[in-house]
Order: sequence, then structure tokens, then C-alpha cells
Amino acid sequence: MTNINVVLNKFYDEYVNNTPKKLKIIDAYLFYILLTGIIQFVYCCLVGSFPFNSFLSGFISTVSCFILGVCLRLQANPQNKSQFYGISPERGFADFILAHIILHIVVMNFIG
Amino acid sequence: MDTSTKLNGGLQKQEHLVKLGILTIAAILSFSTRLFSVLRFESVIHEFDPYFNYRTTRFLTEEGFYNFHNWFDERAWYPLGRIIGGTIYPGLMITSGVLYRLMWLVNITIDIRNVCVFLAPFFSSLTTIVTYLLTKEIHSVGAGLVAAAMISIVPGYISRSVAGSYDNEGIAIFCMLLTYYFWIKAVKTGAILWSTMAALAYFYMVSSWGGYVFLINLIPLHVLALMATGRFSHRIYVAYSILYCVGTILSMQISFVGFQPVQSSEHMLALGVFGLCQIHSFVDYIRSKMSKEYFEILFRALVTTVLSIATLVGIILTITGKVSPWTGRFYSLLDPSYAKNHIPIIASVSEHQPTSWSSFYFDLQILVFLFPAGLYFCFSKLSDANIFIILYGITSIYFAGVMVRLMLVLAPVMCILSGITVSHLLTKYIKSVDSPAEKKIDPKKLRKFEQQSGGVKSEVALAFVFVLTFLLISYTFHCTWVTSEAYSSPSIVLSARSHDGGRIIFDDFREAYYWLKMNTPEDARIMSWWDYGYQITAMANRTILVDNNTWNNTHISRVGQAMASTEEKAYEIMRELDVDYVLVIFGGLTGYSSDDINKFLWMVRIGGSTDRGAHIKETDYYAPSGDFRVDKEGSPTLLNCLMYKMCYYRFGQVYTEGGKPPGYDRVRAAEVGNKDFELDVIEEAYTTEHWLVRIYKVKDLRNRGV
Repeated sequence: MTNINVVLNKFYDEYVNNTPKKLKIIDAYLFYILLTGIIQFVYCCLVGSFPFNSFLSGFISTVSCFILGVCLRLQANPQNKSQFYGISPERGFADFILAHIILHIVVMNFIG
Repeated sequence: MDTSTKLNGGLQKQEHLVKLGILTIAAILSFSTRLFSVLRFESVIHEFDPYFNYRTTRFLTEEGFYNFHNWFDERAWYPLGRIIGGTIYPGLMITSGVLYRLMWLVNITIDIRNVCVFLAPFFSSLTTIVTYLLTKEIHSVGAGLVAAAMISIVPGYISRSVAGSYDNEGIAIFCMLLTYYFWIKAVKTGAILWSTMAALAYFYMVSSWGGYVFLINLIPLHVLALMATGRFSHRIYVAYSILYCVGTILSMQISFVGFQPVQSSEHMLALGVFGLCQIHSFVDYIRSKMSKEYFEILFRALVTTVLSIATLVGIILTITGKVSPWTGRFYSLLDPSYAKNHIPIIASVSEHQPTSWSSFYFDLQILVFLFPAGLYFCFSKLSDANIFIILYGITSIYFAGVMVRLMLVLAPVMCILSGITVSHLLTKYIKSVDSPAEKKIDPKKLRKFEQQSGGVKSEVALAFVFVLTFLLISYTFHCTWVTSEAYSSPSIVLSARSHDGGRIIFDDFREAYYWLKMNTPEDARIMSWWDYGYQITAMANRTILVDNNTWNNTHISRVGQAMASTEEKAYEIMRELDVDYVLVIFGGLTGYSSDDINKFLWMVRIGGSTDRGAHIKETDYYAPSGDFRVDKEGSPTLLNCLMYKMCYYRFGQVYTEGGKPPGYDRVRAAEVGNKDFELDVIEEAYTTEHWLVRIYKVKDLRNRGV
């Protein structure tokens, strides 16, 4: 068990020192969304998922936001430049906004 | 240098022109080859299901979207009714509704019926273009053009998209290929935009056809295969995660689909692969951040936690029954004999039967032989996109073998792979045909060709090119012949050749429906076998008991029991169901073979499949010799049942064919066994010109004391 702690500590140090600031901002956003998702899930477990469409739209909305955030992070990460040929971070952000617009129109429709 | 770039520019312009020309011709061809039925008969809706789609489309254009969405139809499934808005895929109706409005907006005053008739050919032109785009992404421009030309006339697709066959499949194939195109684009670029577009195309697909289940299982399968071959990258992650998330919530907007994407087992593969994607990329991320031995420790801890959580969730879901069992139609895909053994109503539909070998050749011709070669070429140059098309080919060939109707899904991939084959072979051999002096094209192209042309003599190459051209020409002739002979009859208007070679038109169906519309009370309830339900509601506008949306098996079974019982028993059932008129299709006079007597054994089987019809046994309807016959040898149960009496009433006095006794049934080739009888509980109301449709009125109860 001590091993894991050592590893995690090292990982944390590595992260704090070697991640660009832009990505850290995205990570903070992702962490916030993760918390939202967990709260929704716990609420659903405790209280029940009765208006199922409302629960689903809320939960899928958080999951999708998280996924979209991760995708944006992947595209903005300079280390992945070779994989995303011809996609600048700005283009990635524009796509991100578009996907969000479509997603949230649908969520609004489904939440009831 | 300057002249060569100019030359190149000119060549490129020419190339564009040729490309555009070929595509336009292919699109026009695919539209016009589907018009045989309109030219021969008239602009009329075909078959059974299209009539329902037509009726709902008319409702949509007249009453507006909200009324359509909340439509409760009391004309069908009397006395139950049917919630139409919640039990259909509305994509088709909305598409034609939108087209109709657009046409009117630009002052083209087209009738909604014509929009419906020409919708499928129009969408097949679009399919041609999408096929070109998809094949271009997978292989090359040349292969794309060949594939586009092939799909424009492939009979397997034409069979469901001729003018007038206004059915979901007509637009669904377009949606499917569009989704694939965006998906391949997304996989190749990793852009959020393309995978969002893929999700939107997927939504269109879900809104138009139940076959979207194939799509939502194929794409995860592709991702899984990429993971297994070690090709999983951030691009795949972006493409699939977004498609799944946005696509799932979009698909739940269709009320017929509802919560299925998160509940039913058919969609669980997609969910599982989604989860796997997250784990895979998370592990990749951590791996990139730390040294190897540290990673091992962390990885082990992670695997144990995730596995235990997954099993826990799986157990909880199974116990609480959140994951619903697979539906019957899906089982019948995996196990071809499932439907036949368990659900007679699925097995009774001819398009749910397994495909025979000959129909593969009939529907695809040379594509059958070019397909494996295309697979080979894809394997030899494996890429992310090629793996997708290989998987699509293999899975769809399996499904097409299980169900005739799914030939439709196979046809596009056959065209794509054959297009790859043909273009690959032709580029190789035509290169050898050219004399070596003319090798002054583009140096990049030249290098590519030099690798391929392994010293083939120009005579051999020439012969090969001729053979291939001949095969392609024969394909064209075959396709045109199949289209005009097999797939262009509307089946609502029949035609036959008379002795002197002229054509006779049987318009009995419309005659009968028109009679019903004009001569029966507005609220009359008409009993018929379920095949004709949609046509009666659409054309005669009367209430019916069962129709082609076979959602209530017991109700259909009750109708089957009435048809298979004696007059007294049938009268009880008909009183119970408030039947006013009974309609049967009878082909004995004209030789129309898909009539109710030939479908009768299915009525017996379906009638006997429920509790209340347990006394109806199939064996009672066979002759002592063990076969089904309508002449004197036939079983007495058959000769006295309601269906038999309705079909053959007064038939004993009619001469049908020279040299044969009166009452000679031309379909069964036999003289009927029960000739002179009177009907007690029903009376003949109307019989059409060629006796194809016979309508009977159910008598009222007798007066007391008479």
C-alpha cells in the first residue's frame, strides 16, 4: 500500500510541474464537472430516478460535458500535435462550442 | 517548370469535370432507373406499409406536427386503437413533409402523393453521392466513382427504393451511409466537428428506421477491433466518445425509441465500449506520465477496483431487472431458427425468411465475386478506415444471409468493395496497356504504379481490361432487366399477359376499397387478414381490426380463429369484435397466387398459437394424405371453415379455364371440393371485376321467434 502512495505522490509532483497552465484550467473545469456528475449520481441512488428523462438528461449532459472537455484537452495538448493534424486549439475550441450548442438544445428538449 | 504546372492545373480541371460528370450521370441514372413502375402504371404508392406511411404523411401535412405527434388512431386495431405518434419512426414522414413545404415555398404546387412516390428515387440519388464520398475516404477517388456507379443500379437496393415504395428503408440507407461517412471522417481527423455531425446523422438514421441497431453495434465493434489491433489513438477516442454521448441523447428524442439506448441489451455493447474507451485513454494518459515499474503498481490497483465495481453494478442491474431481455426480432438475427420455432407472426412474413443463394446472385450479380477481392485489397493495405469497411462487409453478409430484407444493408458495402476491386485492377492493367513512352504524367502517380505493374504484357493487360469491361456491361444489363421485371410492380395494380400478347390490368384492389368508401357507413368495422389493414385504412378510410403493425399477437390470433372456424363459431367471434364487413382476397379466378387461401395455413397457425384458439390445430386442415388441398380430397374442417366458404361462394358455377369443369381454381390447379352451399351468417356484399377482392356483410342477429 505504501508503494501506491509513493507512486501517487510522484505522479502529483510530475503533474504540478510539467503541465501547461492552459491544460490545468481545463483540468479544473473537468474536476468540477466530475463532482457535479457524482453528486447527481448519488442523489439518484438515494432519492430515486423518478422523472427518468430529467435524470438522464442531467446526467448525460454532465458526462458529455466531461467528454467534450477531455477532447478539447487532448486537442489543445501540444504533445498530441502529431495526432491531430491540422486542428489548431482555436479550431478545437470552436468545434467544442458547436457540440455544446447542439448537446444543450437537446438536453433542454429532453429535460421536460 | 511554368508550363508543367499549367499543364497540371489544366489536367486537374479536366479531372474535376470528369468526376463531376460521372457523379451527375450516376445520380440521374439512379433516379431514372427507378421510374419503371410510374411509366408503366401510374404514380401510385406500392405494397402495404407504404400506404400507412402515406396516410401518416398526409395527416402530418394537413394537421401539423403537434397533432401528428399526439395522434391516437381509433381507425386501427378496433377496439384498442393505436398511438401512432409514439409507435413509429417519424423521419420519413417529416422528410417528405419538409420537402413538400419547401416545394410550395418556391411555388411548385406538387401533390403530397407525388412527393411520397418520388422520395425514394430522390434519396437513392443522394445515396449515390454519399457512397462516392465514403469510398473516396476509404480508398481513392477512382474507387469512389466506380462504387457510385455500381450502387446507382444495384438491384438489392432498388428492390426497396423504386418510385412508389414509400418506406423507411428508402431514406434509411442514405442516413446509414451518411453516418458512416462522417464517422470515417471523424476517425481520420479526430475533429469534434465531424463526430458531432456523425451524431446528427445517426439521429436522422434513428428517426427513420429500426435498423439503426445495426449501426450502433457496428461502430463500437470497429472501435473494439481497433483496440485489439493496437490502433486505438486519441482520434478514435474523440470520435467515438462524442458520437456515443451526443448520439445517445439525440436518439432518445424519438418517442418510439424512448429509454431503450440505456436499458435494452442491444445497446449495451455501445455502452461497454464507451466505458472501455474511457479506461483505455485514462491508462494511456497515466502511462505517458510515469516510469514503467511505477505504472505497473498503479495499473494493478486500478484493474482490481474497476473489475470489482463493474461486476457489482452488473449484478445489481440484473437483479433489479433494469437490463431488459433481447427482443424477438434480434434473437432471430442471431439464430435463424428462433423465429420459426417461437413466433409464427415473424416467420409468416416472407421478407423475414433466410436468403437463398440464388437471390444473392440475382440481387448483386458480379458484386458477389468482386467482394472477396475487395476484402483482400483492404486487408493488404490495412488502415483504420479499411478495418471499418471489412467489419461492415463481414457482419452484413451474415445478416443478409439470415433475413432476405437485410440484403439492403449488404448492397452498399458490396458496391464499395467491388468499386475498390475494379478501380484497383483497372489502374494496374490500364497502366500496362499504355506504351512506355507515354509515362510522363505525375511523378507521384508514376511511383505508385511502378510498384504495382509487375511486368504484365500489354496484350494480357488489354485482354483483361476487355474482360472486365464486358463483365461490367453485363452487370448493367442484368440490373436493368431485374429492375424492370422483378421490382417494378406496384402490387396494388396487377398486370398480366393475355393470350394475344396484350396486357391486362387488374385494378380490383382499388375498386374494392373505393366501393367500401362509398357504400359503407362511416364507422363500419372491417375484418380482414392483417396484410390488408394499412391499405383499407389509407384508401377506404374505414376502421379495421388488425393491420401490418403486428403489435398485438392475441388480437391477430382472434381474427385468425374467426377465419379458421365454422360459420357458427366465427359468428360468435365476429359479434364479439363488432365486425360489420369481412374482406377476403381470392385469386382462384385470375391465378393471383398470394391470396388468402395460400396464406390460410398461417392464419391457422397464428390462430392456434394462443390460449383461446387452442382447439384449432394445423393438422385438422390437411387432407388425409398429409398435404393442403382444396378439392374433394381436402379435410372437411377446411371445406367448412369461414375462409373457404367466403372465397369459394358461388364459385362452383363459374367456368375459369377452357376444358376444365366449373369451379376450377387456377392457383391451386384443382376443382373446388365444396361447391353448392349457402351462407347463413353473412351475405355477399360486393365482388370485384376479376373476383380478386370479395366483401361480405355480417348479418344482424335473427329476430326472436323466427
